[in-house]
This record gives sequence, structure tokens and C-alpha cells, in this order.
Amino acid sequence: MAFLEISDLRKSFGPLNVVQNFDLAVERGEFVSFLGPSGCGKTTTLRMVAGFEQPSAGAIRINGLEVTGLRPNQRNVGMVFQSYALFPNMTVAENVGFGLKVAKRPAAEIRARVEEMLELIKLPTLAGRYPYQLSGGQQQRVALARAIAIKPQVLLLDEPLSALDAKIRVSLREEIKTVQRELGITTIYVTHDQEEALSMSDRIVVMNEGRVEQIGTPFEVYNYPRTRFVASFVGTLNILRARVIDAARGQITIDDQAIVARRGIADAKVDEIRLVALRPEAVSLADPGGERNRMRGTIEDVSFLGSVMRIRVRFSDNAISLDTFNNPGLAPPQRGQEVTVGFAHEDVLVLEGAEAS
Amino acid sequence: MKRSKLGPWLAIAIGAIYFLVPLIGTFEFSLRMRRGEYSFDAYRIVLADPQFQATFTYSTCLALATIVVGVLLVVPTAYWIQLRLPRLRPVVEFITLLPLVIPAIVLVFGYLRIYNSSSPLPMTSSDRATDVLLTFGYVTLALPYMYRAVDNGLRAIDVRTLTEAAESLGASWPTILFRVIFPNVRTAVLSGAFLTFAIVIGEFTMASLLDRPAFGPYLQLIGANRAYEPSALAIIAFIVTWGCMGLIQVFGSGARLASDTR
Repeated sequence: MAFLEISDLRKSFGPLNVVQNFDLAVERGEFVSFLGPSGCGKTTTLRMVAGFEQPSAGAIRINGLEVTGLRPNQRNVGMVFQSYALFPNMTVAENVGFGLKVAKRPAAEIRARVEEMLELIKLPTLAGRYPYQLSGGQQQRVALARAIAIKPQVLLLDEPLSALDAKIRVSLREEIKTVQRELGITTIYVTHDQEEALSMSDRIVVMNEGRVEQIGTPFEVYNYPRTRFVASFVGTLNILRARVIDAARGQITIDDQAIVARRGIADAKVDEIRLVALRPEAVSLADPGGERNRMRGTIEDVSFLGSVMRIRVRFSDNAISLDTFNNPGLAPPQRGQEVTVGFAHEDVLVLEGAEAS
Repeated sequence: MKRSKLGPWLAIAIGAIYFLVPLIGTFEFSLRMRRGEYSFDAYRIVLADPQFQATFTYSTCLALATIVVGVLLVVPTAYWIQLRLPRLRPVVEFITLLPLVIPAIVLVFGYLRIYNSSSPLPMTSSDRATDVLLTFGYVTLALPYMYRAVDNGLRAIDVRTLTEAAESLGASWPTILFRVIFPNVRTAVLSGAFLTFAIVIGEFTMASLLDRPAFGPYLQLIGANRAYEPSALAIIAFIVTWGCMGLIQVFGSGARLASDTR
């Protein structure tokens, strides 16, 4: 039996179904992300696990015990909020020790645990400071320490890094993951940033409009997206319109150029219009030669993103984005240049569902 | 440049004169007790008067009781409204504004009707019970100010998220109220408290009609029977009120920095 079991969870506000048929089994010590756009129900689901929302139907079990009817202060879950939510009237040490003080632990124990936690988040010198004297990143680390200090069964994080700037986000991401791995706490992390989800999680739950689209490891979700939504939400993706010529041999045409596809084509019918997904990193800006797909087109746009250059190549109706590493020794390609792009047969994924919605 | 500044300065000057001249006149008059020279005799007489000390002490005690009851009533209410019942906010706001509309004398008359000696709850028959009545009357009078101050204070902090954070750490409602909410609205509560104090010290109608030895009726008594002492009393009352306002400023803006030295 899994450590955290969410069974057939449902939540509606009046006629609006915010979360539908949510099923998830989380192992002890696992780091699971809920990934999705705003309004997809991920935060609502997290709040139901925490106890701040009551589900309309379904059950939540932590370590075998049914917690669905329990109040948040009876569930022993730690929560980290987007707005940090540190108590302004208490010092860092008092904040971190708050949960233990509420549980009436002896003062010596509280002091020791607070010290331990501050060491863990690498802020031992800030024990006497007040929240308003700390930066955003420091406040969030204190919030994390506060949530962990009570040794919660499950750690819940609600978009904790959204309010921070990019550099802090990256470093804090690693810190959270390190702490979580060290302590082995079962964790649920809600985010709309797929980079965060991909880099931190053991598994990702991709959600859209209250429904679970796919559950899998970052590798699975990125490389083998099961639905069009997952394919387009996780990672930048090229979506092309293709016509099926011969399903058995995997032959399709994109803008009248012959292409061979190996994945997702088995159930296609002749002359059907299907959407095709192609990752930018699978495309190279050179004639591949031999048994690989090639297409001729014109460079429409070149974006310099620092370490990577993103080039968009246009065919007649479709366009492909591809990435090349920045090379200061090479002149960047020019707009209007005629180029050939290449990609393998296996990189072309024919998506379920025919017409674009 | 000079032209645009003339108007505002003129308005300030006129307002200042309007308020300051009577004050200066009163002060000057209060110094005239000893014939022929300025002295603080009137103040000395007033401050030495045992009646003054007794009534001032009485009103101060009542003010403290009013503040405690008011805070215990208003803070949880404002908190609950913000957190759980935002739809009731207009209703509660209307209720807290009623004391501004209903005159104190009407309140007292109502009291006397309900609690007089021939009713099932004859609170006016005993001194202590009447003190209790007076306290609750004062709580009602101070309600608009206390509620507004606390409500503003609560709005400045993210009540919902703080409550949820505390709850997720295992805190129950009383713990949240007293360890998280109260400390963070302390400045708002203090400014409400000082306003209440200023109101109670000077209140006349209720204290007089309920026949209690408060400072307001004492002021009126002195004013009706003496010449110089009332002016001295008026100045003293002003100083007390200004002291309260000053303390509101100190606690209002200084709280953030004050916590630095804790």
C-alpha cells in the first residue's frame, strides 16, 4: 500500500468541477509534482491533501490512516506557501520552532531542533532576525525549515518559488531537492513551471482543467507524452499538420514533403489529417544524409537565448523551431536563408486525435 | 511657485487661528487666579482636589475595562468576518456605526428602562452592577473606532494564509488568535485603545444619568461652580487627550522599528 493514497478525488464549487477523478499513489519519500496551467486544479488538490478544502467525493489516506475528515492541524502535514506566510511578530527561530511550541515540546528540544533546521537551510546566523529583515529567498528557506521542523508525514509546497527571481529560483530548487532527499520526506510540489517539475521530481502529474492528463517520470512525460496537451505543455514542441499516405509503412507528408514516422501512426487511416509532434532538440540544421527525414525550408526567425539559439524554419503551411548551441566562432544563420533540416524517423510522434481543436 | 503655495498656507493659518485662539485664551485665563500675576494656582488647586483624583482614577479604570472588553469583542469578530463570513461584513459595519447615529442619551434611557429597580434585572440598584452597565455602554460608544482600527490592522496582514500556516503546524483556534493574530494587530488595537481612552475620559451623558462618579460629571460640576479651575481642567483634559494621540503616533509608526530592539 502506498504511503499517500488519493482515491477518486473530486471537488466542485457549485456547478463548476474543479477537480475530477484524481487518483494517485505516492510512495514514501517520493517527490511528486503537480504540473499544469493556472486554474487546472493542482492547488485545489494540494489544499485537499492539506485539509484546507473538503473534497466533494473521494478519500485521502496517509500511512494507512484515512485523513479526509480531519482538520489540517490534526494531519501532521507541513505546508510551504507561495507568499512564505512567516509570522511577522516572531523571529526566525520562533517561527521555525512554532509547530514544536504548539505541540508543547520541552524548550531544550525546541532549541536543538531549531538549530538543526537552521543548519540544514544554511542560515544559522539569522536566528534572531525578523521576517521583514530577510530577503525573499531567505524567507522561503525559513518557511521550509518551519514546515519540516515538526517532522511532517507529507510536505506540501504550493508554488513556493513563483515569487522569487530566476537565479534564486534555480539555487533554491536544488536546495529544496537536497533537503528532501536527505530527510526522505514524502513531498508534493505544485508548479506551473515545467523546468522546475522536470528537474526536481521523481514523478510528475500533468493536469489540465481538473483532470489528470498523464502521470510518469520526467523522462516519460517529456519523451512520450500521451496527449496533445502534455506534448505541448511540457517542453516546447513543434506541432505540424500531416497527411497520412501509408500507415503500415509510416509514410506521411508534411507540406507535400515525404516524411517517415514510426510512433503513434499504427492506427491512422489513409488520407487522414493528423497532428504530428517534433521536439526542437531532435531537429538539426543540416542535411542528415542516409535514412533520415529531411525537409527544405526558409529561415523565418532567429532568437538568441544565451547558451542556445532558437531558429524557426518555415515550410509552406508549417514551421519548425529548432535549437542549436551558441557558437561564438560561427556566424548566426540569417533570415531568408534556404536550409535543410533533418530528424530521425523515431523523433516524429503522430498524436492521437485528428483535427486540431 | 509662490502663488500656488499661498492658498494652502492661508488655509492652514486660518484653521490654526480658529483652533489655537480659544485654547490660548483658555490657558491665559487659567493662569489668572492670583490677582495681578500669572501663576499656576488654579492647576495646583485642581490637582490637589481629592474629587479630581477620585473621578480621574474611576474613569481611567473604567476606560481600561472598556478597552479590554472592546478588544476581546472586536478582534475575534473582525477576524471571523475576514476569514469566514465576508458576506456579513456590511451588516457588521452597519452595526458598528449605529453608536454614531444613536445619541448617548437614548442609550441611557434604554438602560434605565430595562435595568431599573422594578425590572427582573435590577442592575441599577447596585453600584458595581451599574459600573458594569456603564462599561458596556462605553464599549458601544467606542465600537465604531475600535472596529475600524482593528479591521484596518487585519487588512494589512494576510489573515487567511497566516491562519493556514499556523493550522498546518498544528495550532488550534485559540492559539492562532492569541499567538498569531493579536500580536500582529497590536498597533491597530493600541490606536483603538487610546481613542477609547480619550472618549471615556470625557464622556458625560451616560455617567451623569447613571449617577456614577466619573470624570465627565466632575468637569461639568467644576465648570458650573468655579471660574478659573474649569479653564485649568480644560487644559489638563486637552493635554491628556493630546498625550493619547501622541502615543498613538509613537506606537503606530514606531512598532516596526521598535521590534528591532526586542
